[in-house]
Amino acid sequence: MSEGHSTYTPKTGIERWFDARMPLPRLVYDSFVAYPVPRNLNYAWTFGGILSIMLVAQILTGIVLAMHYTADSVLAFDSVEKIMRDVNSGWLLRYLHSNGASFFFVAVYIHIFRGLYYGSYKAPRELLWILGCIIYLLMMATGFMGYVLPWGQMSFWGATVITGFFSAIPLVGDWIQQLLLGGFAVDNPTLNRFFALHYLLPFMIAGVVVLHVWALHVVGQSNPTGIEVKSKTDTVAFTPYATIKDAFGMIVFLFFFAYFVFYLPNYLGHPDNYTVANPLKTPAHIVPEWYFLPFYAILRAITFNVGPINSKLGGVLCMFGAIVMLFLVPWLDTSKVRSAVYRPWYKLFFWLFVADAILLGWLGSQPAEGSYVFMAQMATLFYFAFFLVALPVLGLIETPRRLPNSITEAVLEKNKGGGHHPAGATAAPETKG
Amino acid sequence: MSATEIHDPNRRDFLYVATGMAAVVGAGAVAWPFIDQMRPDASTLALASVEVDVASLTPGMSLVVKWRGKPVVVRNRTEQEMKDGEAVNLADLKDPIARNENLPADAPATDANRTTPGKEAWMVMVQVCTHLGCIPLGQEGEFGGWFCPCHGSVYDTAGRIRKGPAPENMLVPVFQFISDTKIRIG
Amino acid sequence: MKKILTSLALLGLVFAGTAAIAAEEAHNAAAPTHFPIDEPKEMDWSFAGPFGTYDKAQLQRGLKVYKEVCAACHSMNLVAFRTLEDLGYSEAQVKALAAEYTINDGPNDAGDMFDRPGKPSDHFPAPFPNEEAAASANGGAAPPDMSLLAKARGVERGFPRFVFDIFTQYAQGGPDYIHSLLTGYDETPPAGMVIPEGTHYNPYFLSGVSLKMPKPLSDGQVTYDDGSPQTVDQYSRDVSAFLMWAAEPHLEDRKKTGFRVLVFLLLFGALVYLTKRKVWAGVAH
Repeated sequence: MSEGHSTYTPKTGIERWFDARMPLPRLVYDSFVAYPVPRNLNYAWTFGGILSIMLVAQILTGIVLAMHYTADSVLAFDSVEKIMRDVNSGWLLRYLHSNGASFFFVAVYIHIFRGLYYGSYKAPRELLWILGCIIYLLMMATGFMGYVLPWGQMSFWGATVITGFFSAIPLVGDWIQQLLLGGFAVDNPTLNRFFALHYLLPFMIAGVVVLHVWALHVVGQSNPTGIEVKSKTDTVAFTPYATIKDAFGMIVFLFFFAYFVFYLPNYLGHPDNYTVANPLKTPAHIVPEWYFLPFYAILRAITFNVGPINSKLGGVLCMFGAIVMLFLVPWLDTSKVRSAVYRPWYKLFFWLFVADAILLGWLGSQPAEGSYVFMAQMATLFYFAFFLVALPVLGLIETPRRLPNSITEAVLEKNKGGGHHPAGATAAPETKG
Repeated sequence: MSATEIHDPNRRDFLYVATGMAAVVGAGAVAWPFIDQMRPDASTLALASVEVDVASLTPGMSLVVKWRGKPVVVRNRTEQEMKDGEAVNLADLKDPIARNENLPADAPATDANRTTPGKEAWMVMVQVCTHLGCIPLGQEGEFGGWFCPCHGSVYDTAGRIRKGPAPENMLVPVFQFISDTKIRIG
Repeated sequence: MKKILTSLALLGLVFAGTAAIAAEEAHNAAAPTHFPIDEPKEMDWSFAGPFGTYDKAQLQRGLKVYKEVCAACHSMNLVAFRTLEDLGYSEAQVKALAAEYTINDGPNDAGDMFDRPGKPSDHFPAPFPNEEAAASANGGAAPPDMSLLAKARGVERGFPRFVFDIFTQYAQGGPDYIHSLLTGYDETPPAGMVIPEGTHYNPYFLSGVSLKMPKPLSDGQVTYDDGSPQTVDQYSRDVSAFLMWAAEPHLEDRKKTGFRVLVFLLLFGALVYLTKRKVWAGVAH
């Protein structure tokens, strides 16, 4: 797919037979074996692979959980508890799935921040970036609907609050909300459709992932220097170099994942979700899953009316606006240089943005009162300023550091002082006997 | 990393093989819970035995209970039915094995072996046709036993297959009389 | 990496600052706005930590407290008698224990519901036929089901404790809370505090100054056969541990499996790392 010409040569008769009829082995070979990747990718680049195994893991655990789960408002809570108590290995599969959602988001946030830091969204990778944003949106929808399925108190009230966003839309808001709920409040029809969609969306994610990978293999990977691949010495073959590095990254990630699944399985959840949904009693303090908290903080930060836009609609608009910002990033960034490595000011603002996002997340978990509201408003302001002011302005006024001429030159420079590698080894990777 | 390591092919091969083996072991261990969850769960297994009160059954009466999701017939047979059952020549049987889980697997299908000692009047049997799983009708067919309407299998008064496509006698499950009027199945 | 650490440190300062400001804002002992008034006491539990296991004798005592005290008002719908074998009881003991209960079953051949002794496959029967009956018999507040109570209750830990909790594996918020609540009835409310009629002051209660449930335990109320002290403190520890088991019966299995998984990942990770070094040897990157 990438270079326009394939280096695959079928060796056995069976391979030739296949290649003439359906060149699937050729596709796999060209995409995952011979595919050239920049030699200087660091471990931040392993998160693409980590995300794909998390998607597969979530789909697999999800399918087996669906074999035991009952999507009925009377039975759902007890059916989840039956999985936890009676089904063989049920507790394991359920904790893998619930914590898997959290770690899926951990990985996707690192993946997104990596893209922002190294300017991976810049031409010609805009479409690649936007496909990624679509995957992120689908993940949010899937995660939200999955959280409703256990039918605990947080499931119910989270669903109530989030579908309430749509009632903020002028004129047709209430109609849309009732359309989504299938009633006047969250109830059995809501649970049933959320289950159906929660089962469907991951496969749509998988579909967009295929497009994401396709787009990636057309333009090739970005890399920490942000300089495009210029010659063959800049790259190594995907297999074995990238595969083995990805594998190590995955195992380290799975170690942290397993630590939570087995020792802190409820750390990222909320105690209220172990109480069955009660439509007549709201918990004292509703919070969404942690991965939505920054957006939740932005939603609640808008406590004032702006002209014809009341605070409710304003909050919803800001929250969706916060996600829209991501889609616009390729055009908001005016810099000629991709990577933050060579952009001292952008680097500073990037880390401030990371801190701001974490701060927003923490504020989202706190009650919306007192100084927290003001803090959230300031953090929201910075969030939008990063995209709408820092990205365009820095690109125009910042003087970037000197860029190396090629990836190979950057690698040589980096290794000059270290002395870990013999000089001859810096040439193109050769096949070792 | 020293140069000797790089050029020692045996050590490299060993490392690759060990890593590959570990990956296979890991994949196997991960696969197990996904298969394990399909087996009957703890609440299903807890229902694996049922107790039946048969005090009200006079000769010629049956009752059916659900055991492991299947019908089990308990029949207090009449004198005539027992005589018919005993009169059968083993050589005439399509399936000469008792199919009684309380007895060794090769016990012959005598009338006595289809029941339990001292309670020969009582047939306790999974009332599922051994052909394709339909439920035969009781006290019908030319042998006065059971008749399966799906594909025409005919069983005698001891639940032994006599005619039709079914290959085996109907199964006698593990059961015992825990008192004169109470049977525990399973 | 240094940058990440610096920004995290800065962030920590900001958190600590805002939390302090927020705590400063409203502080009036007679009219508190944040609950619980007192944080739960952290106890030593046998099931805490990576190698934690349940103390079976304690669970059996806790079951006794549940049966003789709590069960009068609180149901435990999700727990089946058969699972009590986890507490160290034999199959016959579980059968006898189940038979102490009367289960409403049916319909029989005549179409009537009937009572029969409990079987191991039955669940604990509820003290009230439905939630409305439970509420009306208890002054308007239905006593919560206890099956998941130890996971359904927990006081927010706040910054920076929620960070440390990851490393200390603190997951005992539920039993700590239940124990604190059960032993927290004897404290006197601050002067000037208004306690609504029909409720009982408890500084550990999660959602107010007082709750409908009166002090449930008193010294000597339940007889222990194993010589353990018959005090409110011991009763509440035992019943809290029992409720943790009821909420998370597979905890021991989980921690044991987890240890094996982590050891495997460590070894496998080391092998893959060595392989990765071999593969990349001679390729500057």
